[in-house]
Amino acid sequence: MSSDAIPIQAAEAAGRPWVETLHEWVTTVDHKRLGILYILYALFFLVVAGLEATIIRIQLMRPHNDFVSPQVFNRMFTMHGTTMIFFVIIPVMFGFANYLVPLMIGARDMAFPRLNAFSFWLTAFGGLLLYFSFVGGNGLYGAGNAPDVGWWAYAPLTSRAFSPGHSSDYWTVALLVSGFGSIGTAINIIATIISMRCPGMTLGRMPLFAWLNLIMAGMVILAISPLTAAQVMLAVDRYMGGHFFDTQAGGSATLWMHFFWIFGHPEVYVLVVPAFAFLSEIIPVFSRKPIFGYPVMVGATACIGFLSLSVWAHHMFTIGMNSYANGFFAITTFAVGIPTGIKIFNWLGTMWGGRIQFKTPMLFCIGFLFQFLIAGLTGIMLGTAPFNWQLSGSYFVVAHFHYVIVGGIMFALFGAFYYWYPKITGRMFNETLGKLHFWLFLIGFHLTFDVMHIPGLLGMPRRIYTYEPGRGWETLNLLVTIGAFVQGIAILVFVANLVVSYFKGAKAGNDPWDAWTLEWSVSSPPPAYNFASVPTVASRRPLWDLKHPEDPDSRYE
Amino acid sequence: MRTADWRATVSRALGILVLLAGVLLGAKLCIASTPADHSVPSIFDAHSTPAASIRHLSHFVLGVTGLIFLVVASLLIYAVVKFRSRRAETEREPAQVYGSTQIELAWTVIPMLIVAVLFAATARVIHAIQDAPKPPTAIEVTVVGHQFWWEFRYPGLGIVTANELHIPVSDPAHPTPTFLKLLSSDTDHSFWIPQLAGKTDLIPNHPNETWLDPHDTGLFLGQCAQYCGTQHAKMLLRVYVDSQEDFNIWVRGQLQAANQDEKQATGRRVFETTACVNCHAVGGTNGTGRFGPDLTHLMSRRTIAAGAAENTPEKLRLWIQNPDAIKPGSLMPAMKLSDAELDALVRYLETLQ
Repeated sequence: MSSDAIPIQAAEAAGRPWVETLHEWVTTVDHKRLGILYILYALFFLVVAGLEATIIRIQLMRPHNDFVSPQVFNRMFTMHGTTMIFFVIIPVMFGFANYLVPLMIGARDMAFPRLNAFSFWLTAFGGLLLYFSFVGGNGLYGAGNAPDVGWWAYAPLTSRAFSPGHSSDYWTVALLVSGFGSIGTAINIIATIISMRCPGMTLGRMPLFAWLNLIMAGMVILAISPLTAAQVMLAVDRYMGGHFFDTQAGGSATLWMHFFWIFGHPEVYVLVVPAFAFLSEIIPVFSRKPIFGYPVMVGATACIGFLSLSVWAHHMFTIGMNSYANGFFAITTFAVGIPTGIKIFNWLGTMWGGRIQFKTPMLFCIGFLFQFLIAGLTGIMLGTAPFNWQLSGSYFVVAHFHYVIVGGIMFALFGAFYYWYPKITGRMFNETLGKLHFWLFLIGFHLTFDVMHIPGLLGMPRRIYTYEPGRGWETLNLLVTIGAFVQGIAILVFVANLVVSYFKGAKAGNDPWDAWTLEWSVSSPPPAYNFASVPTVASRRPLWDLKHPEDPDSRYE
Repeated sequence: MRTADWRATVSRALGILVLLAGVLLGAKLCIASTPADHSVPSIFDAHSTPAASIRHLSHFVLGVTGLIFLVVASLLIYAVVKFRSRRAETEREPAQVYGSTQIELAWTVIPMLIVAVLFAATARVIHAIQDAPKPPTAIEVTVVGHQFWWEFRYPGLGIVTANELHIPVSDPAHPTPTFLKLLSSDTDHSFWIPQLAGKTDLIPNHPNETWLDPHDTGLFLGQCAQYCGTQHAKMLLRVYVDSQEDFNIWVRGQLQAANQDEKQATGRRVFETTACVNCHAVGGTNGTGRFGPDLTHLMSRRTIAAGAAENTPEKLRLWIQNPDAIKPGSLMPAMKLSDAELDALVRYLETLQ
């Protein structure tokens, strides 16, 4: 193993024209630069999707509000959902995987650097295409409009009869294009992990981060393919007179639902498994203990990946499946809770008996554990098919999946941002601002999404641009909106911290957290070739072995 | 470090407090709706067998998940408080523990048992609601979802109406449940009256069924629960549960021929000679359209535009003149009538009792 960095290109960097720098970034095939591009791209769309959410919340602040028209509101929730899933969370997870997987397994780049760049630009182009619909949704003549069919775009609302113009086509093509990008990156992650590990790094010694991203990449290939197929079928319907989803001509609306959710549910785990990966790196370091039950963690995640392929129709309990089908999808849904529970307990086991340091990344991880627990339990409620007949399509569901995506995935992401920020930029972030971000976001999150469950229980459906007074929903919706603004302020603190610390932060050094995986053995930011000489490892925690030669992990594994 | 872990403890406590406050607030709101006033369509305020069985099951599931929450959250809080780092600089690394097969086995097997119990309870209720036999005394109604209104057809009684469903109360001793056949003429919709039953979707080319047996009379509110297009929000649903006598009176009223009062011939001529008849039907006229609601007994309904406005002459006039003022994006076109025509038409519609 080596901690020597070769100072490649560093000296000539200053004083070059910006066009050259830009050209270098656009044509780069370096996994770290592509990782950063993915992350910055996702952060941009996070702000856009956040603004869309703000418009939604202002409109719902009080009954019969007329802040926006129903048409605009419907576009906002469609674009918010589509953007968050496809152009924020998938890219940001790919960004971290791109940046960290080669560093963690002791490789100098991804297996296919050019495919990597190609995949990123496909995804980027997909996002631009989606947003171009605001200009070109009706064709380039008249005023444009964005898709307004909801992020799961149920047939036959997407047929030409109900969605004239081109807005739904932009949605279809954007997802098709970015889907190819996702599959490219997934193949790349798998190939990298299978074939690029450094000497001594057996599969059983890989950091959990690499394991979980391997599982995530496998799920991307399984999940995106049916979505791509469905998009092609929809395009055939819309442009070539096909009848897959044309109910007037014997087509099937439920066929789309099956295709969409056999993508849609594994997709949830595609998003959350990388969040698990962050926790599995951050919690051990700040508890000062190795991960509890490494083999079980890998097994449980693989099990989640497998089970997640068998639960899709729990999104469809209300479509009139027979009682056997409803029973089947109820029990598979409950069953996912078992490996998920194992993971939560194993993180608890990691903290148990440790010396927990409450640095910002760890605070976000503790927030994750608490909120993901609640999200899992409301998931059990939704999996109870009869209970689901009441809850599905209501604000309870909206609260539930935001608990997963914001309370879980976003918290883990913020933890990851703060944890690897010193590695990526070479600077420490401001700890006080980081903690302020955590507390503000925690308060805003709970105000918004704890309260949001209740209107659902009181019969408020989702995707309505306005509601009637006198149904007990007014105060609750006002509270939810206030919480959304608190979260918005917290995000501003976060972005300010990222920007200011980049210029003013203290130098981070190689290993500010006294951590154990290979990325901390190289300089911050890492040199272009990552490792001057390819390291050799003897255990799951190579840096622990280095720091504790008297008591190395390799003795116990 | 001390302040940090103090804060973490407060964080957990705050989270739990907020959650409890939320649950209490929810409970208070649920209780607030007394039997006479069903204005808050809470799923816990059940007035029909399917809704009551779901409520019963939901209490069980809430109990189980609440218990799991208490156990795991307590362990988490305990770990965070107990194992916090006190003086990081001087501390040595803690004992490095890699796992424990016994403990991990325990927290695999216990959840498996919980899953088995939850599944048994769920399967029982699925069967009880979904596979309930239809008694011969059942009322049958066909519900057709349209962009953005509800059509109700009573095939046994020969009644067609819209947006306001009338059904008889069902006495457990002599049950008269209502079985609904759910169809759609365009996109997906979902029929949801939280106090009477869970929701079932109306999907084109995919007939569905659901049933209600309300135990109490009164007005129950709901609305379309599956996104169906621009005015999904104002596709409101009102269910009047009538006593047996009131229901019979309502049925007799609906079976009467449409008013043919010659005093309103001017208004009727406006109706019959403009585009109204393409979409709307009125018995005894040339209007037989089915794209919009049947207006034969329009005045027997309390609301217009699928519950978006009260059924008053002023609102009716506004609705015909400029539907976007009430429900922007609805498929009712602005009729562009002169003031005189509009007045005559509204006067005519006002007689359709």
